[in-house]
Amino acid sequence: MTIINSENQSPLSERISAAVRASAVFILLIVMVTGFALAQPAYINVTNLMSILQAVSVVAILGAGVTITLAVGGFDLSIGAVAASSVMAASYSMIVWGLGVYETVPLVLLFGALVGLVNAFLIVRLRVPDLLATLAMMFLLTGLQLIPTAGRSISAGLILPDGSTATGAYDPAFLLIGRSSFFGVVPAPVVIMALVAIVLFVLTERTRLGRLLFATGGNELATRLAGASVPRLKTLAYVLSGTLASLGGIIVAARVGRGDVSSGASLLMDSVAAALIGFAVLGLRCPNVFGTIVGAVFVGLLLNGLTMLNAPYYTQDFVKGAVLVGALALTYGLGRSQAR
Amino acid sequence: MPLLRIDGLAHAFGPTKALAGASLEIRSGEIVALMGANGAGKSTLVNVLAGTLAADHGTMTLAGRPYAPRSPAEATDAGVVTVHQSTERVGAPGLSVADALLLHAYADGSAPFFLSRSAVRRKAAAMLENAGFALPLDRDFAELTAADRQLVAIARALSRQASLLILDEPTASISGRESERLYTILRRLRDDGLAILFISHRIADLNALADRAVVMRGGTVVGEFARPIDFDRAVETMIGRPLRAARPDARSFQGAPVLELAGVQLVAGSTPFDLKLHPGEVVAVTGVLGAGKSRLLQTIFGMRHLAAGTMRLDGKAYIPATPADAIKAGIFMAGEDRHRSSLMPADWPGSNLAPTISLPHLPKWYPLGFLLGSRERYEAQRAIDTLGIKASGPEAPMTSLSGGNQQKVILGRWNAEPSRVLLLDEPFQGVDVGARHDIITAIRANTERATLIATSDPEEALEVADRILIIDHHTLTPAHHAELPAEAIEA
Repeated sequence: MTIINSENQSPLSERISAAVRASAVFILLIVMVTGFALAQPAYINVTNLMSILQAVSVVAILGAGVTITLAVGGFDLSIGAVAASSVMAASYSMIVWGLGVYETVPLVLLFGALVGLVNAFLIVRLRVPDLLATLAMMFLLTGLQLIPTAGRSISAGLILPDGSTATGAYDPAFLLIGRSSFFGVVPAPVVIMALVAIVLFVLTERTRLGRLLFATGGNELATRLAGASVPRLKTLAYVLSGTLASLGGIIVAARVGRGDVSSGASLLMDSVAAALIGFAVLGLRCPNVFGTIVGAVFVGLLLNGLTMLNAPYYTQDFVKGAVLVGALALTYGLGRSQAR
Repeated sequence: MPLLRIDGLAHAFGPTKALAGASLEIRSGEIVALMGANGAGKSTLVNVLAGTLAADHGTMTLAGRPYAPRSPAEATDAGVVTVHQSTERVGAPGLSVADALLLHAYADGSAPFFLSRSAVRRKAAAMLENAGFALPLDRDFAELTAADRQLVAIARALSRQASLLILDEPTASISGRESERLYTILRRLRDDGLAILFISHRIADLNALADRAVVMRGGTVVGEFARPIDFDRAVETMIGRPLRAARPDARSFQGAPVLELAGVQLVAGSTPFDLKLHPGEVVAVTGVLGAGKSRLLQTIFGMRHLAAGTMRLDGKAYIPATPADAIKAGIFMAGEDRHRSSLMPADWPGSNLAPTISLPHLPKWYPLGFLLGSRERYEAQRAIDTLGIKASGPEAPMTSLSGGNQQKVILGRWNAEPSRVLLLDEPFQGVDVGARHDIITAIRANTERATLIATSDPEEALEVADRILIIDHHTLTPAHHAELPAEAIEA
């Protein structure tokens, strides 16, 4: 039985449940920030808030990429590995090859786009299921990044596998990407995150392309029958996701100033969690860029607050997991009771 | 004494009264057809009977005892078994047909924990013996046709001592020959004393099966028709207004064709055929499942390649490689099963009315790529007005629309831009009689383009088309067909 106009006529209880679902994350956010600020006034000052945003910027950027692949009905598990190998690639480019910022950044972004292209080739052309294809790519990249330096981290004065010593160094201009602030207040990574968020929000919500990306994820056949090229849309999504992951890697490299083999270990889990928490943010139950950014910031605020209250570092993953479970239960559990 | 007596049954979804005091009696050994437009309350009534919904008011009595099932399992235990329309869920791919037949026995624990193949086979064979029809027991469930899956469900129902069998549009997705087989089986079950309640709008079903037709409107039973059933009066009762002439005047078209197929083979080795479509003309292609109706439409729409032959559009060679090529050339298609071929899932971005209409037209309406301005809303409102779509507005979620209105939206999508040829694959699936009339009127009102409709129901073909073609073994045949009046058929 289909009910006409169920939206307008649904009883009060259902509307309340929908409203709770739509705003629950924001209510929690306010409660949480107020709580932490009361317990620890230093929590709410601008410097701390900015450092929180800086801490979540990479996760938010990667999460936005995951969101795009979720929109086309796929999933990119390789982003963490792309980011990590981008850190290595950037360091290698500057320290071993002696390139500057203007060569390194485009090169690394190109590397990310290329990985996305290979992912898309596996998924679209060879029809490998998305999770398997990107999982395989994750393995491949995790291994690949160790080969050029024989497993060593990259810093100035690196001894190469052939015995010679690398002569290059990190370009000071490159380090500005991770370490400078605008007006001495807003760190550059936060500005980059904001730009990425705005561009991707407009792309997904306000453009024809975004509509088609979501249409692909919603109903591939319907999208094809409407005259769109589904392979091209999927390829675009994976290329975007790969490029954003390498952008994340660039920020990490510029902040750390060396190429650590272990960098980016938790990036995949954190950014996927941000994208999934994003489902709950407006109660949309589907991927959305705004939700992903809010999700990343939410986790950042929570972890920072707990750290300030002296919660030990080893509880962090547990807290993230609990937030994710809560968000998913909120998204899918509430509102299930309404008869369809 | 009737087997089932329903008295003043009511159920409301919020302020919407889906059932408003429905009363009905069903005796053992009779087949009752339940008719009603979308939203008349048929499905709610069936859901209450099947135990999926609880009634707000009213009483039900089954074989003299009060009947109020709280779950489908309770309904089944009481002897009321429902066979739903989507029979894919009767079993699962990877299960043999024998396993699918015994699935409920596995689930309720009446089958032993350790199973031997031969025991499963023996039990399943006994079930079919009891039901009186044959199925290939060792085949994979996924290989069964929709008709055979339905028989699996019916055999399972019978093995559970059903006294009332409820069927939801049992012939909606099966061919004419399979329907005949189902009629025979159901009539025999009726003669053995089973009560059968089925939902259908097909005149063939009513003629072949129904001892009685019960018509619902606005949540109550508004009419009962005994055999012989006056179909036209039943439909008028159902939609609450008189029918206009159901069969349109066949118009004849001369002059240059819009689309011309010459020496076409849909699959290698099939008999070549020709087809000409003229502007303004509505042509229906009908035939059994698998005859090639959908294949013909998909080939014209660029989803498949011709095995041989040529297509010409407005005199020029037309060789589409993708649906995008076809759309650019002015050939539009609304595929079979709107949920699979046209709509977004519920709650997904773009699942509202306006984006549903605009999806294929986005490049044209928003050439800069940014979704600025109100073109989409304007076009959606225009479709709502011209096609009489019942929706709260351009932002209404598609899931809030009835099946007939959803189909109107799909038609509105392809009416929003001018086209040369419109291809419609089973456009009347899950569409009630009232909405069907509106859709037919809208299709026939367009004189610019040719319309080619694929339908497995000859009645529908008669209602909509100027010309009807039969397709068989991937070839259009000018031959007459027993199911159609001779004068309606020409090649």
